[in-house]
Amino acid sequence: MRRRPNLLALLLLLAAASLAQGLYATLPAYPATILMLCLINASLATSLNLVIGLAGQFSLGHAGFMAIGAYVAASCTTPGVDLLGLAAPALALGPAAQQALFALALLLAGLAAGLAGYLVGLPSLRLRGDYLAIVTLGFGEIIRVVILNIPAVGGPRGLSGVPSYSSAFVAALFLGGLVLGIHRLMGTSHGRVLLAVRADEVAAAALGSSPTRFKVAAFTASAAAGGVAGGLLAHAMMYINPSGFTFMRSVEVVVMVVLGGAGSISGGILAAALLTILPEALRPLQQLTGVDLRMVLYSLLLIALMLSRPQGLLGRREIWQMRKRP
Amino acid sequence: MSRAAEKVLDVESLSLAFGGLQAVDAFSMVLSRGELAGLIGPNGAGKSTVFNLVTGVYRPDRGEVRALGRRVTGWKPDAIARLGLVRSFQNIRLFRDLSVMDNLLAAMHAQPPYSLLAGLLGTPKALRAEAGLRQRAGELMELMGLGPRASEEAGGLPYGDQKKLEIARALAAGAQVLLLDEPAAGMNPRESQWLMHALRRLRDERGVSILLIEHDMHVVMGLCERVLVMDHGQKIAEGTPHQVQRDARVIEAYLGSKKR
Repeated sequence: MRRRPNLLALLLLLAAASLAQGLYATLPAYPATILMLCLINASLATSLNLVIGLAGQFSLGHAGFMAIGAYVAASCTTPGVDLLGLAAPALALGPAAQQALFALALLLAGLAAGLAGYLVGLPSLRLRGDYLAIVTLGFGEIIRVVILNIPAVGGPRGLSGVPSYSSAFVAALFLGGLVLGIHRLMGTSHGRVLLAVRADEVAAAALGSSPTRFKVAAFTASAAAGGVAGGLLAHAMMYINPSGFTFMRSVEVVVMVVLGGAGSISGGILAAALLTILPEALRPLQQLTGVDLRMVLYSLLLIALMLSRPQGLLGRREIWQMRKRP
Repeated sequence: MSRAAEKVLDVESLSLAFGGLQAVDAFSMVLSRGELAGLIGPNGAGKSTVFNLVTGVYRPDRGEVRALGRRVTGWKPDAIARLGLVRSFQNIRLFRDLSVMDNLLAAMHAQPPYSLLAGLLGTPKALRAEAGLRQRAGELMELMGLGPRASEEAGGLPYGDQKKLEIARALAAGAQVLLLDEPAAGMNPRESQWLMHALRRLRDERGVSILLIEHDMHVVMGLCERVLVMDHGQKIAEGTPHQVQRDARVIEAYLGSKKR
């Protein structure tokens, strides 16, 4: 562990977030939206990487935690639901009050999703591999179906009128904070034990660290971060619907993590950006051919990538380690 | 002996059956502080199962385990390890993709050196604790002859060094009592000679109590002060290496009897 200039890190984070905001403001609406989605998807991939890449547990329920975060945050800020009774006053008071309410909403989103992650993780992390994947898949779907049956948040119609509070600044700040946090975690004693648990649970237990504790902690943190990302998404799209948080959404995030290289934070971010931009970049092709070949090409590209680099784009390394030996 | 020897491990009529097979049958033993004892027996006698019972991997059907003054029957493996009773594995279980240094540092988390928050913020206290850990890990690597390999990936070490690292890692976790499952297996004569010397030093200089399962009779006879012999889940003999070697039941267990 090196000496850690906390203030410098904070300033860098703010500068990067400002840069993202500047870019977002100058871009036309369509690419700006893609940038926003890139930031949010990168946060999702990073949060899931904590479980899949660093704790070595396979989870297919990330969309469920996103959904909890999205709905909790939107319920706090949308006048139609107004869980806290603060949505209408904030709208009247202006941007500062709105952003403050948004921050509170995101915090609650993270707490709620984290709590759900803890409750799901505690029993299911006793299982491994395929079994864990199936159980998390089940929990993710349960969460979605529960939301589907809550009329107060629109049920199957979804929740519209979510105020557009998300900015590239907040999204980039969250992503940056997440990356910084994980990067630092890997330098601590706790991070090393997490990697030890990934390598061999039995040995980790025999040396005095409870694997369950570390796995549940990673799962909880991952779910909480996924919840915040869901909250950001809700306030960027201004409309959420249970069908946006199906099992397929979880798979998408898993693909980002695996494609980038499970365990590589920068790889996951790279893959998230690639998989967000690619379907959009292939749109002109559709106009040219008159047939929607996007998903065909998208799948072919995924297959080609996984055949040529089964360990993911970056393997377990980070971008800044690329020049070292594999 | 001037003072009564303190029991660091006290196992009382431990039994465990896997279905119809009585793997361990009313097994009792005592290990005193600073003792170097061996547990031997033919394959399938139940030696590793005893280790698994004592370290909490299995729960006994009957019997009691007391370690370092506590009754630990039914405790989880990590809690028993934190108490100071640490084992190695027959089939080496290193954290293969971590460096030698990180293997030791991860084991030291048995006594968390600082809080997670302090670590994330990099507070001076956490930095000092971290430096202390690295120094201790360096000393352990020197002790076990792993000094030059600190940054190598554990899975890539030669077999003998992997065995050494497992012992170093158990010490890093704060072992007062070491349970070693075939530490000399796969070692060449020079390495096993080195191992005997190292284990004796651990006991003499650090006061570590050691119980080892071993098939290499040269190691057992040359190192252990007391030997317990198991067969079919039961203890069939106990005594000095010299006594055990002549025991009729032991010879029968290993070589078979003349009768029938």
